[in-house]
Amino acid sequence: MGKINVKDKDVVIPGEILAEGMDNFPGSGTYREGDNIAASIVGLVSIDGRTIKLIPLSGRYIPKKFDTIICKVIDVNMSGWRVDTNSPYSAMLSLKEATSKFIERGADLRQIYDIGDSVVCKVTNVTSQMLVDVSMKGPGLMKLSGGRILGVENNKVPRIIGKQGSMVSMIKDATGCNIVVGQNGLVWINGSPEGEMKAISAIHKIEQESHMSGLTDNIKQFLGSKIENKDGEKN
Amino acid sequence: MTYKERPDGRKFDESRKIEAKVGVIDNADGSASFKIGNTLAYAAVYGPRNLHPRFLQDPSKGILRCNYNMMPFSGSGDRIRPGGSRRSKEISLVTQKALLPVLNLDNYPNSVVDVFIEFPQTEAGSRCAGICAASMALADAGLEMKDLVSAVSVGRVDDQIVVDLDYAEEAYEDGPVADIPIAMMPSYDKITLLQMDGLIQKKDLQKALEMGKKSLKEIHEVQKKALKEKYQGEVK
Amino acid sequence: MDRELRSHIIKLAGSKTRLDGRGFTDYRDVSVETGVLSTAEGSSRVKIGKTEILVGVKVEVMKPYPDAPDKGSIMVGAELLPMSSPNFEQGPPSITAIELARVVDRGIRESKSLDFKGLCIEPGEKVWMIIIDICTINHAGNLFDAASLGVMAALKDMRFPKYEDDKIDYKEKTDKKLEITGTPISVTVLKIGDNFMIDPDIEEEQAVDARLSVATLEDGTLCAMQKGGDTPLSSEEIISMVDLATEKASDLRKHIK
Repeated sequence: MGKINVKDKDVVIPGEILAEGMDNFPGSGTYREGDNIAASIVGLVSIDGRTIKLIPLSGRYIPKKFDTIICKVIDVNMSGWRVDTNSPYSAMLSLKEATSKFIERGADLRQIYDIGDSVVCKVTNVTSQMLVDVSMKGPGLMKLSGGRILGVENNKVPRIIGKQGSMVSMIKDATGCNIVVGQNGLVWINGSPEGEMKAISAIHKIEQESHMSGLTDNIKQFLGSKIENKDGEKN
Repeated sequence: MTYKERPDGRKFDESRKIEAKVGVIDNADGSASFKIGNTLAYAAVYGPRNLHPRFLQDPSKGILRCNYNMMPFSGSGDRIRPGGSRRSKEISLVTQKALLPVLNLDNYPNSVVDVFIEFPQTEAGSRCAGICAASMALADAGLEMKDLVSAVSVGRVDDQIVVDLDYAEEAYEDGPVADIPIAMMPSYDKITLLQMDGLIQKKDLQKALEMGKKSLKEIHEVQKKALKEKYQGEVK
Repeated sequence: MDRELRSHIIKLAGSKTRLDGRGFTDYRDVSVETGVLSTAEGSSRVKIGKTEILVGVKVEVMKPYPDAPDKGSIMVGAELLPMSSPNFEQGPPSITAIELARVVDRGIRESKSLDFKGLCIEPGEKVWMIIIDICTINHAGNLFDAASLGVMAALKDMRFPKYEDDKIDYKEKTDKKLEITGTPISVTVLKIGDNFMIDPDIEEEQAVDARLSVATLEDGTLCAMQKGGDTPLSSEEIISMVDLATEKASDLRKHIK
């Protein structure tokens, strides 16, 4: 009979033996070595039936098809824009994927997106050699004007977004800020100076407490108490 | 001739005092410090990241670059001129070779993972301390690894087999000395770094390696604990 | 320069605040520790916010320069280690590192706070050379102020090693300290739009129009300055920046024992 050496939510280190025997299956972040399943990353144990997988706790963003990410234009060439994806690999935004508007032949592309501009785009293709294509055709895909960009740990992004976007909606409502969360660990925030500071504090709190229980309630309380303070000052 | 007592009173199979910490450099993708006795190593990992110039790129996988560097004030003698030496280049190379066997960079073609190892102060055993810090920093950077890498020096002083030689022992003059830095994948008992200078018999080498393994198990525990300490805070 | 970032910083400045919520004349948390390295004759670790540097002092005995046969000297080096920032590269010192080292060097040298004659062992033959190295651990902005603070702290921490029979015995430190009569402190003032602020973080450094580093002594005497950035400054602006730097220097000086 196989033996599992760990339980849900344990933090494990590469090389650590998670399970012995052939009864269990190695999921992501793990590997089989002889009869054993061992960890191949620093991660959080998640046991799903007979599959043991690890949730990564660190690491850089690597582009994945269908991700919505925030990019910065780093170069303009004949066929479109080269954008930085906050990953080891830059991406290509081609003319025909750049906008739903018609671009005239010979138009000055820097008038559309200039070097240094930040844009929200979707990853449309990633090859085995990590050549990345992005598109800006689709709802919510746009150039970002004003505001500021905050770097967060990309593996915390799902927590910042929350279930069906519940967490980020809550922060937007409480702070009055416009917020776009890119899956590549960049968050765009635009609002009043106080609103922005509050939103940033909330996001940092989510990062720090990302795997603790009761996160939503804690953040709700955190945002709530701040709002009350502010109202209190006004009264 | 016999070697009866170590200058700092340690047992022959006892390493100097060890401290390790993970997440010591905010800018880095992964970082750690590792202190053994008076030798202190910092390691910072940046990457995988874009690699220039292009001819260095490997289209089949990411590459690992290691750089070992002593800060100008880190030696107990004269100031060390900045800019690297033949010695630091060689140690950078063996460090890279010591770490590569555990690392899987297949998913990051054309990119580079940079490991910078810096020493604010040293007193023997620096390459091993650097490797210990680097392997923790690589894990902290979220990279896929088969195991950590732990390292320590073993050897002989006169007629004794010892672990973790200090300066006085390396410079011992009343008998032969051998200094053997080793690095190991602790979960697999596989050696990834082995160097030696000095004189030793084969049977003593065997004994020294066995003594090293025991010490490496302790070092491995310290490394694991430091990594868990950083991340456990986010869970509870 | 980052246009979007700069315009956002200016927008926030309109409400008298900064990216991290600080006021214009607030430093981040500053800490100075000394005696942190066993291999150096003097050392310090300075943290300003998330910026962290180590400073180590080593001494050597050398033949004096022919034009100053009875004077020792100091040398300041700065290593912008690639460990400390994704933007620092390996290789010979960059122009940024050279500027940093020279600005710190001038702040101390020109303040005349160090008695170079006191570093003479045998006129024309042997003098002490004090070599100060600054190494960055984590670069999160404002290395100028961190470095100047760290160097002063490390110099005050320094003890001469034993010198006998033409040899330095680094293992044996004496009680002899450097003679230091003043504490020059450098404060860097930043101009972004029409706003002056101190202690820039990384993002503010990317959006800077002009900066002025000003080293002052306890009594407000200026001992070195360096203007940086691509935008010119008026003389009125320079005077306001000097005022701000002098005022803030006295706060920073409290961190040096």
